[in-house]
Amino acid sequence: MSEGATAGPEPLAHRVSAMRVVVDFDKCKSNAVCMTIAPEVFEVRDDGYLYILQEEPPEALRPAMERCVRECPTGAISIEG
Amino acid sequence: MVASGGVVIVGASLAGLRTAQTLRDEGYDGTVTLIGAEPHLPYDRPPLSKEFLAGTATPDEVFLPLDKIDVECEFRLSTRAIGVDVAQRDVGLDTGENLRYDRLVIATGAHPRTVPGLADLDGVFLLRTIDDCLALKERLARGPRVVVVGAGFIGSEVAATCHGLGLDVTILEALPVPMERAVGALVGHRCARLHTDHGVTLRLGAGVTGLASDDTGRSVTAVALADGTLVPADVVVVGVGVTPASSWLADSGIDLDNGVRCDRWCRVLAGGQPVPDVVAAGDVARWYNPLFDEVMRVEHWTNAAEQGRAAALTLLHGEDAPVFDPVPYFWSDQYETKIQFVGRPGPDIQVVDGALDDDRFALAYGFDGRIVGALAFGRPARLMKLRNLIANRAPFPPPT
Repeated sequence: MSEGATAGPEPLAHRVSAMRVVVDFDKCKSNAVCMTIAPEVFEVRDDGYLYILQEEPPEALRPAMERCVRECPTGAISIEG
Repeated sequence: MVASGGVVIVGASLAGLRTAQTLRDEGYDGTVTLIGAEPHLPYDRPPLSKEFLAGTATPDEVFLPLDKIDVECEFRLSTRAIGVDVAQRDVGLDTGENLRYDRLVIATGAHPRTVPGLADLDGVFLLRTIDDCLALKERLARGPRVVVVGAGFIGSEVAATCHGLGLDVTILEALPVPMERAVGALVGHRCARLHTDHGVTLRLGAGVTGLASDDTGRSVTAVALADGTLVPADVVVVGVGVTPASSWLADSGIDLDNGVRCDRWCRVLAGGQPVPDVVAAGDVARWYNPLFDEVMRVEHWTNAAEQGRAAALTLLHGEDAPVFDPVPYFWSDQYETKIQFVGRPGPDIQVVDGALDDDRFALAYGFDGRIVGALAFGRPARLMKLRNLIANRAPFPPPT
C-alpha cells in the first residue's frame, strides 16, 4: 500500500453527507442546555452568546445532536443532512 | 374496561412527552397513550411568565414539537386519571372508563398553591396553564395596578414582565428574605435588589390576610396585610409555589410523601419497594438522587425533560438503565438578567467570579467540604464549568 492511500484528502462522500448544525440566533436565549448535552459542539461563553465549536460534527454525535434539537428550550437548533 | 395495554402516560406535559419520545427513540413499538387533564397538546410553561405573557412569543412558539409522536401514540386530552389499581394494572379515568396498561408513567406535574382565606374574586389569578396565562394577559392589557403575592421565581418573573409592560407593580413576600430556601439568604437579598433597582416595590415580611372588593363584592380592589394596611390592586397574581399533583393516587398504595416516592431509577415505590413497571417523572416525582445522597423533587423544565427520558429508559431496560443522578439546572429571566442555578444550595458560599454587587457574577455553594451548587448572574460559561465540578463531587471551595 502506498503512503498516499492513507494520507490523501478525506473522501468526498464523507463530506457531502456531513450533518450540519444550524442555530437560529434570533431564538437562542443562551440557556446552555445544548452545552450540557454536547460541550464538544456548543459553548455558551461569558459574553452571553452561544458559539458553535463544530458546525459539521462527526456522525457519532448525531444522537446527541438530535437530543440538542429536542431539548433546546427555545427550539433554536436544527440539523441539516 | 377499555383495552389499551402498552404504555399509559398520565400527564401530557413536558415530562410525559419526553417519556413517549424516548420510548420511540429506543425502538419501542407498542401502543403509547398520553392522558392530559388540560384540553391542549403539550406546551412549554417557562414562557407563560415571560415571553408569552409579554406578547413577544406566539402560541406556535409555546407548543412543543411532537417529533416521534406517531400514529401509535394517542392523546386523551381534557381527561383526568382519578385512581390506579397497580395489581390489576388499570387506571381509572374521570370519564368512567378504566384503561388497562402494561407499563405506567406518572407525570401529573403540580398544582399551584393559593393563600388560605383569599376570596375567589375577579382579578385574582394563579399562573400554571396557558389558559391562566391568556386570561391574565387579556387583563394586563387594560393597564391595571398589579400586586404579585410571592417573590419566588414565578412571582419575580411575572413582576419583571409586568414592569416591562409599563405597569405599576408591587410584590408582597411573607418571608423576610425572598427565595431563601431555593438560593440561600445572601443570594435571596441580591435577587430582591433586581426588583428595587427597577423601581418595583418589594414588601418583605408582608403577610397577606385577605382581599378587599368593590361594591358588587365581585372584583378585587386591594390586598389586606397582617399589619392592617391595604395595598391597592386591580390585578392580583398569586405565585406561592406548587403542590405535587398526587392526590389521585391516595388509595393506590403508592408511597406519597411530598410527591410520588421513587428510587434512583425513577421506579415508583409502594411500601418502600418498586412497583413493577411503574415509573414517575417531572414535578410530581420525589426520587433518590445518588449524586447528592438526597431524596429530592425538582420543579423545573430541565428536570422534567431529563427525568422523562430517564423514566422511559428504566421502563425498557430496568436496572440496566442509567440511574437518574443529574445536577439539577434551572434558569430565570428577570428584567435584563439571566439567573442560572445548578445543583443544590449549601450553607457555605464562595464568590468565584466578580462580586455579589456586580451585574454579573458567579458563586459556588459548599456543604461538608464538597461543591454542591452554583449560581450565576450573566455568567453562563462559568456556571457550566461549576456544574461539571458538582457532577464530579469536587472539593469546596473550587479554584477561582
